[in-house]
Amino acid sequence: MSGTRLASGGVIDRSQPLTFRFDGRSYTGFAGDTLASALMASGVRVLGRSFKYHRPRGLWGAWSDDANAIMNVSLGASELPNCPASMTYLEDGMTARAVNAWPSAGFDVKGGLDALHRWLGAGFYYKTFMWPDWHLFEPSIRKMAGLGHVSVNVSEDDVAAHQHAFCDVLVVGGGAAGLAAARAAAELGHDVCLVDDQRVPGGGVYQMQQVEGQAPADWIAEERASLEAAGARVLSETTAFGVYDHGLIGLAQSRGFGAAPRLIRMRAGRVILAAGALDRPLTFPGNDRPGVMALNTGAELLARYGTLVGQTLAIVSARGCDVQPFEAAGARVSRFDPKEGQIAARQGRHVTGLVQGTRFEPFDAVFVSGGWTPLVHLWRHAGGKLQWCDQRQAFLPDGQLTQMRAVGAANGTFDLPAALDEARAAGRGDAGARPATAYHVDPSWPAPRSKGRQWIDFQHDVTLKDVEVAARENYVSVEHLKRYTTLGMASDQGKTSNMAGLAAMAAIQGRPIPEVGTTTFRPPFVPVPLELYRGHHREQLWHPLKRLPLEPVHRDLGAALGEYGGWLRPGWYGAGTPAERVADEVRTARQGAGLFDGSPLGKIEVMGPGAEAFLNFVYYNTMRTLAPGRLRYGFMLTEAGIVFDDGVLARLGQDHFIVSCSSSHVDAVRTHLEAWRQDGNDPDSIFVHDATQAWATVTVTGPEAPAILRAAGVDAGDLAHMNLHETEWQDTPMRIARVSFSGDASFELSIRASRAAALWSALRNAGATPIGIEAMSIMRAEKGFIIIGKDTDGQTMPHDLGFTFPRTKKTAAFIGDRSLHTDVARAPGRKQLVGLAHGGDAPLPTGAHVVTDGASEGYVTSSYFSPTLDRPIALALVANGASRIGEAVTVWHLGTQYAATITMPCAFDPEGGRIHA
Amino acid sequence: MQIFSCPFCGPRPETEFHFIGELGKTRPETLQGVSDEDWARYLYTQRNEKGRVQEVWMHMPCAELFVMERDSVTMEVITVIALRGVS
Repeated sequence: MSGTRLASGGVIDRSQPLTFRFDGRSYTGFAGDTLASALMASGVRVLGRSFKYHRPRGLWGAWSDDANAIMNVSLGASELPNCPASMTYLEDGMTARAVNAWPSAGFDVKGGLDALHRWLGAGFYYKTFMWPDWHLFEPSIRKMAGLGHVSVNVSEDDVAAHQHAFCDVLVVGGGAAGLAAARAAAELGHDVCLVDDQRVPGGGVYQMQQVEGQAPADWIAEERASLEAAGARVLSETTAFGVYDHGLIGLAQSRGFGAAPRLIRMRAGRVILAAGALDRPLTFPGNDRPGVMALNTGAELLARYGTLVGQTLAIVSARGCDVQPFEAAGARVSRFDPKEGQIAARQGRHVTGLVQGTRFEPFDAVFVSGGWTPLVHLWRHAGGKLQWCDQRQAFLPDGQLTQMRAVGAANGTFDLPAALDEARAAGRGDAGARPATAYHVDPSWPAPRSKGRQWIDFQHDVTLKDVEVAARENYVSVEHLKRYTTLGMASDQGKTSNMAGLAAMAAIQGRPIPEVGTTTFRPPFVPVPLELYRGHHREQLWHPLKRLPLEPVHRDLGAALGEYGGWLRPGWYGAGTPAERVADEVRTARQGAGLFDGSPLGKIEVMGPGAEAFLNFVYYNTMRTLAPGRLRYGFMLTEAGIVFDDGVLARLGQDHFIVSCSSSHVDAVRTHLEAWRQDGNDPDSIFVHDATQAWATVTVTGPEAPAILRAAGVDAGDLAHMNLHETEWQDTPMRIARVSFSGDASFELSIRASRAAALWSALRNAGATPIGIEAMSIMRAEKGFIIIGKDTDGQTMPHDLGFTFPRTKKTAAFIGDRSLHTDVARAPGRKQLVGLAHGGDAPLPTGAHVVTDGASEGYVTSSYFSPTLDRPIALALVANGASRIGEAVTVWHLGTQYAATITMPCAFDPEGGRIHA
Repeated sequence: MQIFSCPFCGPRPETEFHFIGELGKTRPETLQGVSDEDWARYLYTQRNEKGRVQEVWMHMPCAELFVMERDSVTMEVITVIALRGVS
């Protein structure tokens, strides 16, 4: 096989030679070449190695149906792994290396693995590495697994563009049928978009001698000019890779090698699928040897790239074939009929000849086709059904889809005149059935129990014998067959191998092919980089942080800002080690007064004549009896009785409440309230309004808090704990809630967000010291106050937290009530909230388990070093914990054991005297 | 990406919507005594039909609940109607 570049012909530009390297050697191609076509024209035979046996691999397919020539390609600063050489357009200065081969595809040190094939068949992996322990083998197998390698140079600037687009008619495929359909639709005035995955549209038209009386290039140019004149868009190098719900079609548009592609989310009124068809392989001994390639590949290389693969060619085809172009290019062509007996490739590193019975002839290359397989992937993505056609020996689109219609070779219409008629009718929107055809192929499927190694999946080294092994071991469903043998898992996702694989299984079992069926066609149709989906959906554009009105103030104070529950909040202030800063803040707040930005705290207003009854239903606790001006702590539960949120409910007036839910949980609580308000209650007497971001909340906590408020001119009156006071501060309405998460006297001052900076400044000037959320988290843990989702889990009910009263005494119905009286809710051994004390200096690891006889009885939920008590503290959920106070337990974490004692959750000021001070 | 129509805001991407539950699930009168079986059925048994389904959804930006009738196989949205309009 000595590749020859012809002096003329094709869609390459011979005036633009491009130099590139492959496996360390330098070659030349032309603009318009793919890496694969340039290598074939340069006479390179071995372009890659197979995955398992490291067998030499040559080009099978000319475009998306090649899984053999897979390369790491670099150009300038860009290096991309696993590029299909057949779909990578050549650029000057490219460097390509075959994956899965070292030092080169031509000479691979692991090539010797092939000699072990007898022991490495289907399932060897599952059978061999069971004993004594999979983990012994895992490291070396992991090392061998996978293809290609990822560059260490990460480019964060490589961002895919995302675009939303619309059209009346989307035509997928720029071959003869696609061009004709697009022109017909456009000339009727429809907004038409034609996508084609190659740089130059035309599909297989270049292989033909004439189309409707014109030379192929002229016909293509005229169709394209006409449809563009009628207003249609043509998107080249754009692949329709998937059809999604509600008519969304994903288009991946190349922006050149090394640049992230563009994702176009296309919404089309209707889709005309003109994706064409692929040649499928024939299964015979040595059919995987370099030089054996799809008949269509030989024809495309000649027609598009002016490359004659060999001087002596064998054609083994179940479909018709025009040998004239090959002969005109100077090749000697012999035809073999697969019906006349088993064919075998003469075994060498690459194909050297073909044997059929007593007939032997030497060849440079063998072009094979078991017949056309229509590309029905997008049809299946869209939910279309398939029907087996005996005449064509292929699955064809069956029935109707409202949005999609298949035409041309994708619909099994392989005759050009019929395909053009069908495509134009579809373009015009005319109804029409699949035209009759003279196309006919005789079955030429794998023959089980025949001799020799016959390849079905070239990349993954699945042979006919492997399929027989799978059948023998009862992996007979195509889905099981695929997973047991990895048939169809190659990077072409079975485009070359699936039909032969399922036909082999059908033959082994003596079942008809349609009964065996196909595996599921899933997007993407061709591999696309993950970056395509990500695009600008990253960092803040993907996960926007909620920002505090006081953020500039915190920055000026040197706050360490971090994300806490979706908000960017000060963790602590100032330089120095974080642990020391946080401990200082705790001590300051305990001794003097801390100033804390609590603005994220939920402020959902619930209003209206039905508000009282509604909240009484929504809360676990009885809220009906809450008097105006008072605050009450309570839980919301799910209907399953699980604690959903905790917080303080404030009653401003008879019909006006404020739900002060967890900072990170406001959106979920608002949804919860709205759902219950509108579904099951009277939405005209209850109104829910989330005012969280309209108000800033600044908390002053500590023994000096009352004095600080006076000094800052805040009129708190003689507000007692759990009471609310509405007042004004500097002519601005202010709400003061005396409520404490720290365990000290504490006042939450809520004011219009625009006035927060002035209030903060006044309180600082009065002597309050800023503290961050880390200090507040320690202070609340010292008091045994929980954070929902941290100190509770998906099984925690209110009585597990010591709140037992409403469960038995509340007289009104409430969300989750019935769930608190099930066998599960009553069961002994429920995990209950406790504290843990232990002798060490370092806090227990959060997540460490309390163990008895090697079994977990619960785990540590919060753990800190308490600056106030000068010892570690911890909260935990422990089975029957509430009745085990004082019991010595073992805490275990990653092999280390700790001796601890179960305590009450509250470690500091259990009498609560400080809160009222 | 599906496109749902909020009866108040019109067609919007599915990411703006939140599934509330199947239509027609009535909360048992918990004060009247509800058997474990009835409560479990209320909590966990879904019709989960193949084909036409009626479900309650929320459009998050406007927080309005509505009933969507759709086909769980083809994903076609058949009707949307504000929950208040459902008798």
